[in-house]
Amino acid sequence: MCLAVPLQILEMSGSVAVCGHAGLRAKARLDLLDDAGVGDWVLVHAGFAITKMDPEEAREAWALVAEVSDDAPRP
Amino acid sequence: MHLGPDRVARLQILRTDLEQAAVWLSRPVRLMEVCGTHSHVIGRWGLRQVLPEGVELTSGPGCPVCVTTGGQVEMALELARCGIIMVTFGDMMRVPGPSGSLAQARAAGCDVRAVYSPAQALDIALAEPAREVVFLAVGFETTAPSVASVVKQTAEAGLRNVSFLSLHKLIPPALEALMDNRDSRIDGLLSPGHVSVVIGTEAYRGLAETHGVPCVVAGFEPEDILRAVTMLLGLVATRRVDVLNAYPRAVTPGGNRTAQALMAEVFEARAADWRGLGKIDGSGLALRERYAGLDAAVRFGLVETAVADPPGCRCGDVLRGLLRPQECCLFAQACTPEAPVGPCMVSSEGACAAAYRYERLEVGGTDLDLEASLAAASLGRRSR
Repeated sequence: MCLAVPLQILEMSGSVAVCGHAGLRAKARLDLLDDAGVGDWVLVHAGFAITKMDPEEAREAWALVAEVSDDAPRP
Repeated sequence: MHLGPDRVARLQILRTDLEQAAVWLSRPVRLMEVCGTHSHVIGRWGLRQVLPEGVELTSGPGCPVCVTTGGQVEMALELARCGIIMVTFGDMMRVPGPSGSLAQARAAGCDVRAVYSPAQALDIALAEPAREVVFLAVGFETTAPSVASVVKQTAEAGLRNVSFLSLHKLIPPALEALMDNRDSRIDGLLSPGHVSVVIGTEAYRGLAETHGVPCVVAGFEPEDILRAVTMLLGLVATRRVDVLNAYPRAVTPGGNRTAQALMAEVFEARAADWRGLGKIDGSGLALRERYAGLDAAVRFGLVETAVADPPGCRCGDVLRGLLRPQECCLFAQACTPEAPVGPCMVSSEGACAAAYRYERLEVGGTDLDLEASLAAASLGRRSR
């Protein structure tokens, strides 16, 4: 229930944002953040951004995910 | 599960650090991972099997649907059966109450909808203006601010056909209650990462000092957890009571103040009933007086009744860390994820469901290397 995913804000309209990374896109509300803008990385839980994240660390988190595959090792 | 050689090497280093930290322990120690999402990650990566000898890691009460009582499920069922659109998170659907689950109510014709975000309850209310919509709000401090924001928006928009049944619960009061109970014998707490994003690491300071229990906030990658357990062992071995942050990329000492303020504006703390832990003062969130018009409990005159746990179900003991899931007589026999008896087998983050999925084949021993353990965890998953 407490899963959250680091995503980058791609577009904003009021307090609603389209966030994404690679091919992933998700709508997230920004009501819990004071100063989020396009390009910021945020941690998204249940459709709400709950904190901003350092871009470098958000990318590292994705790099860890990309290293794991349930099938054959990637070339 | 396949890992690149670099990552395996990094994990091995972290495992060596963990073993070295354990060398300094003068007695066996019991740690608790509070958060259900941690239980899931620990199971998936086979981390319990790589713990050094004398270090036990037990699951705690941090799975919101698992600590929801039968009486609370029954209130939701009562509403669903009288023609209301019941909206909730998917995890809540299969939690058994005394007269069934919301999923069963839906199969019987009730309008129960699983959503990803509480904001979707408003979309449904706008699309169905002639019907009453209730959002069944479960979750800890991670989720409560989002729901608070939706409650506020509902009030501002003057939407009259939607209300909220708040079953929100708070982690620090539950940990206080758990530590007050001497049976649990917990030497250190692996504190939940995303609850801590909202409440901050300092929220555990009072608990740590009152009970002499060190706390380390952990993230959700296996590296995060290995690092946090190593830090926790360091505190335990040196008898240092402190709160440390092993998830600094998301967690700060003070937490998310905007989220805290929203939560405080919309909700007030009240006593709440937890499965396994019973009634705990100040551990639940109710809508404040000024939002009483949006409180489903008020609007529909709901009363929470006490309901006995299903016969033989030991979820209560599992949630307090007194029993391993595998030690329950019903585990993997009468109680499986396909036909769960208790809530800990329902959610993928429940301790029993994680143990069923990942730790059912006892790999045994503590001398496995991480790779073998990972392979075993992955075999456990594929054998189903």
